[in-house]
Amino acid sequence: MNALPPSLVCWFTKRGWSLHPHQLDMLERAQAPAVLLIAPTGGGKTLAGFLPTLADLSDGTHQGLHTLYVSPLKALAADIKRNLRKPVEEAGLPIRIEDRTGDTSYTQKRKQRVDPPHILLTTPESLALLISYEDAPRMFKGLQRVVVDEIHALADSKRGDQLMLALSRLQTIAPDMRRVGLSATVDDPQAIATFLARHPDPCPILHADPGPDPDISMLVTDTPPPWAGGGAKYSIPAVLEKVKHHKTTLIFQNTRAQAEIFFHNLWLANSENLPIAIHHGSLDRAQRDRVESAMVQGALRAIVCTGTLDLGIDWGDVDLVIQIGAPKNIKRLVQRIGRANHRYNAPSKALLVPANRFEVIECVAALEAALAHDLDGDPRGAGPRDVLCQHILIRACAGPFDENQLFAEIKTTGAFAALSRAAFDDCLDFCATGGYALRAYDQWKRLQKRPDGQWQLRDPRASKRIRMNIGTIQDTNTLKVRLKRGFKPLGEIEEAFAATLTVGDTFLIGGKVVRYEGLRDLTVEVSNRATKNPKIATFAGTRFATSTQLSARILALFAQPDWPQLPAHTADWLHLQRKVSQLPRAGRILVESFPHDDKAYTCFYGFAGRNAQQTLGLLLTQRMEEQGLHPLGFVATDYATLIWGLDDVVDPAALMDPANLRSGFETWLAGNAVMKRTFRASATIAGLIERNLPQARKSGRQATFSSDILYDTLTKYDPDHLMLQITREEAMRGLVDFERIEDMLTRTKGTVDHVVLDRISPLAAPMVLELGRVPIAGDGREKLLQDTAAALMAKVGLPT
Amino acid sequence: MTGHPFTLCGTALVATATGALWIAATRTLCVSDLHLGKSDRIARRSGMMLPPYETDDTLTRLGHDIAHHAPQTVVCLGDSFDDMTAAQNIAPDAAQKITALQGQCDWIWIEGNHDPSPANIAGHHSGGIVIAGLDFRHIATGLRGQVSGHYHPKHAIKGAGPARACFLYDDTHLVLPAYGTYTGGLAAQSPALSRLFPKGAIAVLTGKTAIPVPVTP
Repeated sequence: MNALPPSLVCWFTKRGWSLHPHQLDMLERAQAPAVLLIAPTGGGKTLAGFLPTLADLSDGTHQGLHTLYVSPLKALAADIKRNLRKPVEEAGLPIRIEDRTGDTSYTQKRKQRVDPPHILLTTPESLALLISYEDAPRMFKGLQRVVVDEIHALADSKRGDQLMLALSRLQTIAPDMRRVGLSATVDDPQAIATFLARHPDPCPILHADPGPDPDISMLVTDTPPPWAGGGAKYSIPAVLEKVKHHKTTLIFQNTRAQAEIFFHNLWLANSENLPIAIHHGSLDRAQRDRVESAMVQGALRAIVCTGTLDLGIDWGDVDLVIQIGAPKNIKRLVQRIGRANHRYNAPSKALLVPANRFEVIECVAALEAALAHDLDGDPRGAGPRDVLCQHILIRACAGPFDENQLFAEIKTTGAFAALSRAAFDDCLDFCATGGYALRAYDQWKRLQKRPDGQWQLRDPRASKRIRMNIGTIQDTNTLKVRLKRGFKPLGEIEEAFAATLTVGDTFLIGGKVVRYEGLRDLTVEVSNRATKNPKIATFAGTRFATSTQLSARILALFAQPDWPQLPAHTADWLHLQRKVSQLPRAGRILVESFPHDDKAYTCFYGFAGRNAQQTLGLLLTQRMEEQGLHPLGFVATDYATLIWGLDDVVDPAALMDPANLRSGFETWLAGNAVMKRTFRASATIAGLIERNLPQARKSGRQATFSSDILYDTLTKYDPDHLMLQITREEAMRGLVDFERIEDMLTRTKGTVDHVVLDRISPLAAPMVLELGRVPIAGDGREKLLQDTAAALMAKVGLPT
Repeated sequence: MTGHPFTLCGTALVATATGALWIAATRTLCVSDLHLGKSDRIARRSGMMLPPYETDDTLTRLGHDIAHHAPQTVVCLGDSFDDMTAAQNIAPDAAQKITALQGQCDWIWIEGNHDPSPANIAGHHSGGIVIAGLDFRHIATGLRGQVSGHYHPKHAIKGAGPARACFLYDDTHLVLPAYGTYTGGLAAQSPALSRLFPKGAIAVLTGKTAIPVPVTP
């Protein structure tokens, strides 16, 4: 066992600290090639990860980089730098600690490449960039340890896949490198261990004491939640009351737009002027920094925030977490709750606030799951090939490479351990030639094979463009928002939202209502002269679908004869539904048909999650169109799809027939907008198209064209192309989520209960109020367009 | 195939849904901004290798339009090739396709900013030409009777779906949409196009059908 330096032990003792058993365990296993530590927030997990490093470095003999720390958030890297420097400096240890993220200055970054610190704190994207430089072998030569923090958050995403590919490269450069993963509580620790370790190295898993069960409950208010919507405005007085009775409250919202609206309303009701702030990813960094430091100083009573605060940043003394809206996912709920009460061994206190009546049921189901430690998770498939393509290009930037060596290196990554040589060759061919059936670009290949068999970039200048496109996070195009005649940026809004604004329109940003004044140099200029009610900024924050496990719990809850755990208003609602129709059951699909608003409505309760229900809506309306039922539109939620049209649905069982659904899916998939969006994301990651960079957008707009055109062209001329294969794969488990439709069909064997009603059912009623209605495309849309145009022509007195 | 018939300076024209302009009086078919060889140029300049099928696709669509109208003259209104090198490097099968199309009619290449000097391809090459009393050129100067391309106009009707490539015209002149498969668009209400149509214009959206709609500057 490595001994901790006496000065550090002394520093701990002075504070009355003693090491937790799992921290000592980590120190003992310092030589293991890979270790995964699972510990709740506040368990001193990060320190546990660094203890062996501090022990190693205390004698001051190590030259150059010793430990690389990777976290999913820039803010976390900065936070760790602060927290780690304190004991190191006060114990007088000869250790240099620096961070390197997108926010680090150019000069500082250059310096780090020449003279790296002992401990470098960074993010997956910054690391991918580092290994793309030709001098990477020199910089990482002596690397001993890599610590991946919050690995559970990375393991679910392409960012994690990119990170692990980067580590496979580092392992070749620094064969002694040992891996440490630090994770919050998860459903499947073994999956994360496999993800972390060099394949096929073993990876022992250490569990810290999980601490006492959290104290979670649902916030009960005098007014019942509304039937639909996601804002939970009704709960503001009750939430404010809770804030008053706690030291610091974190209020989590599911989307940025909802956070803005909630924050705005909270301030309107904040008659005592309690210091309450807002924090989310679209706000300007300076503004976020201010909130973060105010938080650390304990100057704030509450923060309204989104997922950006999900991870283990140390926010000081939070004693209450409020989750607005159903958590959709039990694992995320448990991790969020862990944010309250950083004192290890004291229970975290959390409140769930359902935003609407159905969410009351979801919240109760989630509470029961959290207390039963029943976490949800879906196994991830094989490593995504778009990320692999990007990795090949990154490798090419660093200099010539041998394909066999690279293949062997990639196979040491857990997620790519099963990668076949043929699949790798396809990706390499795609990077080199575009991989088209029509062999074009003989002259202009991106990669070429040298006489010695090594691959290199045809044009070394291409490395600059490749580096600019490193990363797997899809940013939507956003525009900076700034006060007119001011320098201070307020934040960012989506370009698509900016395009809908006309001078005088008002919207919310950073909790402030501002007035749109115009667009200048790709910056949205606003003023404070806002009087009207705000138009709402629509940030396309990810809307998570309710997990399979949570859906199953809701169905189980429906099967109860009575619901003592639900508030009376919600229990009464379910009783009424049972009386006039029936409640959805796990083994069957409930379908209700009823007239409403002069149209024929049909509701399909599939409980397959938002994305799958949306796909189901597209598939069913397509079949209804074929059958001449004239569907006009549909809306999907996590539990049902509601379709309206001109004609009654008489035989829903035939519509839901598995064979029909599957064959309809095959033909439908090709021309679908979701596929185009997925294609764009994957094509950007794989390097087929470039990120829409501001400087590129500024010049000559008619020169750029939409990626939809590329998708259509490929589909038409090269349907088996690698990019289309990847797109299909991604869409199946992502936005299209056909997998969950398959799950639903397996669960119910396609058994349909059709209930015909003379009016809307209690359970379907809230769906009529849901936002996000999808009109049916096809000839109907052409007609709509023609009619609108004709009306406009007539208005100005022109014939058509 | 649908079209929007209208009159410009006394000449009857049809803006077709495919983005081609048809002049029945002289049996002239006019298309603009084909940008043939675009994927090749992008690969050469940036290393990005887009699906290399756009030249074939553009020529196939043009072939359909020629078969449908059986024109006496085809006018390509400039930027027919994405650059001079793309014209020189044109793939043999694409060149053959052009030759086959040219066998059926007179062919006029108007020079554009992307392909300023006559290329190595058969057909008449010209900086501009007058047909049916109208002045065909690549870039508009705003004078009466001009038919031009260059700007790739597009327009969206609010609340009725995404933007589509469009014709733009007023009493005095006409701008054609880009016909090439890999072409983007410039919004009809952007400053460059508003300058050309200070009093507003009619946009004819292309796509499944040709849809005329007024555009305010």
